Amino acid sequence: MNAFRCQKLSKSFDGVHAIDGVTLEFPASGITAIIGPNGAGKTTLLNVLTGFLRPKAGRCFLGERETTHLPPHRIARLGVARTFQDLRLIGQVSVLDNVLVARPHQRGERLLPALLRFGVADEEACNRDEAMRWLRFVGLEKKAEDLAGEMSYGQQKLLTLAVCLATEARVLLLDEPVAGVHPEMVSRILCLLRELKKQGKAIVFIEHDMAAVRQVAESVIVMDEGKVIAQGQPAEVLERPEIMEAYVG
Amino acid sequence: MDYLIHILVLVCIFAVLTVSLDLLAGHMGSLSIAHAAFYGLGAYTSALIVTRIGAPFVIGVAAGTVVAAAISFIVSLPSLRLHDDYFVIATFGFQMILVSIFNNWMHVTRGPLGIPGIPQPVIFGWHISSHADFLILAFVFAAFAYFVVYRLTSSPFGRVLHAIREDEVFAQALGKNTLRFKVTAFAVSAALAAMAGSLYAHYITYIDPTSFTVMESILVISMVIIGGAGSTWGPLVGAVVLVTLPEALRFVGLPSNVAANLRQIFYGALLVVMMMFRPRGLAGRYSFGR
Repeated sequence: MNAFRCQKLSKSFDGVHAIDGVTLEFPASGITAIIGPNGAGKTTLLNVLTGFLRPKAGRCFLGERETTHLPPHRIARLGVARTFQDLRLIGQVSVLDNVLVARPHQRGERLLPALLRFGVADEEACNRDEAMRWLRFVGLEKKAEDLAGEMSYGQQKLLTLAVCLATEARVLLLDEPVAGVHPEMVSRILCLLRELKKQGKAIVFIEHDMAAVRQVAESVIVMDEGKVIAQGQPAEVLERPEIMEAYVG
Repeated sequence: MDYLIHILVLVCIFAVLTVSLDLLAGHMGSLSIAHAAFYGLGAYTSALIVTRIGAPFVIGVAAGTVVAAAISFIVSLPSLRLHDDYFVIATFGFQMILVSIFNNWMHVTRGPLGIPGIPQPVIFGWHISSHADFLILAFVFAAFAYFVVYRLTSSPFGRVLHAIREDEVFAQALGKNTLRFKVTAFAVSAALAAMAGSLYAHYITYIDPTSFTVMESILVISMVIIGGAGSTWGPLVGAVVLVTLPEALRFVGLPSNVAANLRQIFYGALLVVMMMFRPRGLAGRYSFGR
């Protein structure tokens, strides 16, 4: 059983091949890291898998369901959540509201229930409990009423993780989850990823921090110039000289 | 006294317009220049149904809101796929088209001659003819519009609108069909604007295209920005300020043509000052042009 699968996936921008004939399978649970130098096509791959970019060629599947031409919200509803390199949050509202908006299938998001409030209060109470559960999980429960935009960068990274988890997704695609945060926060985030793996989530993350990759990843995919140049277990793949050369240049 | 009540009635009508536009501009972050077009659509639909068919006022208002919501749905499907500046331009185009129809569809709208003799409302036997009666009705309309927008924006529906305003990609990544939310909010906003138009038509008892031009849209936008977009009271504050303060110019003793031009300068200057020193508006939370 695969979480995500893509076949001969290609995407180019103005003739430049961002990803070029990529065929991959991600396991249904566990942690997979995607590494590669800047411009290797890692984020483009994530954008294509999540529907934010249309591929030029190739097909994507989530389980047995083809997702190639689905819009991003449809893919998300199939149980895929993602984070972005540039933190995307609602900075002008509370931390709790950021997590609440992520809750799926809310009756109060439809026009008439929102106006008339039939059954919305009970549902809202359940969603608040669930949102607080995920805030506790990432250690932000005391920040619930703070404005999201006023938290530190590391705390915002944790919040993006809580937001992803609140969607009840089983596949998490994380774009550089530990980039730019201090070592203590890196350890905390990696610890959370391990815990999520135990809960049966499939985690795919893009990362440049090789130490972090070695610590948590069970498999590594190496990309360069839009192609997959290697994949396997970190201990094996990261020792290959040609991989280090591709990385360092 | 009648003059004062007349000003309050206008404040209420504009409050409906500002509160409804704020649903789009303040809460969802999509600035529409077509608000006066929907205002006019409500006014013309109601006026035509009541004067030509003899339908009661309530049916006229209902028809106006339904027609505006339906047309907004058709307009919004393509235009709401556009982003920011392109959406503004698309709504500007729709505004110009609709005013052109008001001006040129002679055998229906009578063009620049307008529609005279629109009857004053009768609601369940209550003949609304005095200014005081109209003030009560206008207040009920404003309270209803405020209620609708407040309920929507303080619900999970509103939370998604705020997410769209801040970052539409973020909302999509969470599984929200942002187009559905935008189309719904646009339809509600247009329906409320049309309701204000119906009330205006039956209050003034005469309408022509000059009341629904792009300048009227810009006036309503100015009210929202000056009052404070995306806030609880901002749009109401904006309506009060921009309806009442220019009226004060009448008492300065200037010739009426000079006073009219001075009013436009006043709007413009106020907007510039607000943008420079208080972009969140008098009572606002959300800054335009962040």
